[in-house]
Amino acid sequence: MSDVAALPIREFARPRRRFRTLRKLVAHRSFLFGATVMVLLTAAAMAAPLLTHIDPTAMQVRFRLRPPSAAFPFGTDAFGRDVFTRVLYGAKLSLWIGLSVALLSGAGGAAVGVVGAQFRRLDPLLMRVMDALMAFPAILLAIGLGAALGPSPSSVIIALAVAYLPRTARLVRASALVIRELEYVEAARVSGAGNLRIIWKHILPNCMGPLLVQLSFVFAYAILADAALSFLGIGTPPPAPSWGNIVSEGRDYAVEAWWIMLFPGLAISIATLGMNLLGDGLRDVLDPRLKVEG
Amino acid sequence: MAGEMLLDVQNLTVQFRGDAGWTSAVENVSFQVGERECLGLVGESGSGKSVTALSILGLHARRTARIPSGVIAYRGQDILRLPTRALRKLRGGEIAMVFQDPMSTLNPVLTIADQITETLILHQSLSAAAARQQAQRLLDMVRIPDAARRLDEYPHRLSGGMRQRVVIAMAIACRPKLLIADEPTTALDVTIQAQILELLRDLQDELGMSVLLISHDLGVIAEFAHRVMVMYAGRTVETAPVRALFERPVHPYTIGLLAAAPRLELDTDRLPTIAGSIPDPASIVPGCRYSPRCDVALESCRNLPPAMGSAEPGHLARCPPRLAALGFAA
Repeated sequence: MSDVAALPIREFARPRRRFRTLRKLVAHRSFLFGATVMVLLTAAAMAAPLLTHIDPTAMQVRFRLRPPSAAFPFGTDAFGRDVFTRVLYGAKLSLWIGLSVALLSGAGGAAVGVVGAQFRRLDPLLMRVMDALMAFPAILLAIGLGAALGPSPSSVIIALAVAYLPRTARLVRASALVIRELEYVEAARVSGAGNLRIIWKHILPNCMGPLLVQLSFVFAYAILADAALSFLGIGTPPPAPSWGNIVSEGRDYAVEAWWIMLFPGLAISIATLGMNLLGDGLRDVLDPRLKVEG
Repeated sequence: MAGEMLLDVQNLTVQFRGDAGWTSAVENVSFQVGERECLGLVGESGSGKSVTALSILGLHARRTARIPSGVIAYRGQDILRLPTRALRKLRGGEIAMVFQDPMSTLNPVLTIADQITETLILHQSLSAAAARQQAQRLLDMVRIPDAARRLDEYPHRLSGGMRQRVVIAMAIACRPKLLIADEPTTALDVTIQAQILELLRDLQDELGMSVLLISHDLGVIAEFAHRVMVMYAGRTVETAPVRALFERPVHPYTIGLLAAAPRLELDTDRLPTIAGSIPDPASIVPGCRYSPRCDVALESCRNLPPAMGSAEPGHLARCPPRLAALGFAA
């Protein structure tokens, strides 16, 4: 237990807690990998105008459906637009959609779940609303909402956040129901803590593990769902590129021009992988029970 | 016993909602805890010890529990009638509690410092830095070595005994007047048990606390309590100063309990047991609840609820036949 008690040097060298967490994160291999992937993708998205001088919407009909070559590393699409450029520019929108949907549905779901678990009177009402939302397939719900809000990236974000919120709420509620009965919550109540404090300090932090993992999936689903919505004409409106709508536009040419779908698809996979690894790492390090030592 | 009454519980009844309506888990229980006194609450599982303790903190859920009668007077104010806000001030501030299992009383995602300062911040509005300093002093008080370093550790790094010390540090953080210890040593090793009891006793002296010690371990009670109340199936069966209870028990249940406790000086193969088991709280026993298991039960015991009778000053027992046999007017 008192492993290093005898080493006074450690006392001075002891880093502050915040840095310790950071150090542990950096030492966590899959977190580091995931974070690197996400940083590179984000940097590429931000620096798109520097990395390519072609306009992502510029059509060059002469060069339509060209396979990958030195001039067009990812080939060109049916309108002669450079797929590489479009994937780069699309990163910005897709990452933004994935991240906002994950954060919004995470925050909303956590709020609904925790409130339902802690205030038992509200629970039936909240959960029936969630059930009603869940009764529609997520994508159908998003289609309905997207259609009502009109095609724009922000309506995609809202629609998908609402569509994925019930699952998150359920997950958080399930964890919170277990946690609220544990002794440390009762101990907190005994020491005079009110409901809000108990939720904030005791229940929410202990729900974070499964929530983070779930959100890394939501991130990936959202990017893919944007593709589906684009395909149906209510996702990111063309000609602005997102990974989703590049894939869905490429679908018509899947056989003769595989590169249109392949590269944005790869980008989606890489982003999803990066986000999952990052979420895993975050969970490992933020949950002290998993004893990751830095 | 020891001066002014800090806590005065009168005729407390606590009921829970069950399949067949409301069932009493605690019935007409009365007791007092004086300043700096330690009252031991003894009884087997399901006898209503913990339920009693939780009512003192007003901690029963409104939907599943109710308290149809009784007064819990803490320094003259009835806890049962206090508004939530005042109750929250009392909890942790004036009345604190130590739970049985230190493995689950600490929040696994908060550091020791976070857990201890929580109470301080809630009740004394200390700044974070001052609260941290205070937390370190509290860890010193509960004799955790190298307190400064322990502050930033998470509960899983501590042993059971250490954790219980942290739990005690949290409980005494605001210098409570009354400490409720619900089986504080049950989950610990025997050697650690003794240390924790000693710590509790020292802290009681140091801080001038009253302690309500709940236990089914008679050894712990004999060691620590000034006065003892024995509960059986939700009712008080006997209450006495600790010596009198161990030397001159009156109620057959108390006698049975004492006989069932292992004793080192006697070489026995089997411990005596009390035949039968505690009645289901939902079943209605019209008379003495112990009568089905009792050797001395009379016909009247089974039909009429027995009254409390006095054996000697401060020594009461709910057993008219035994009191009569011992020569005390019931």
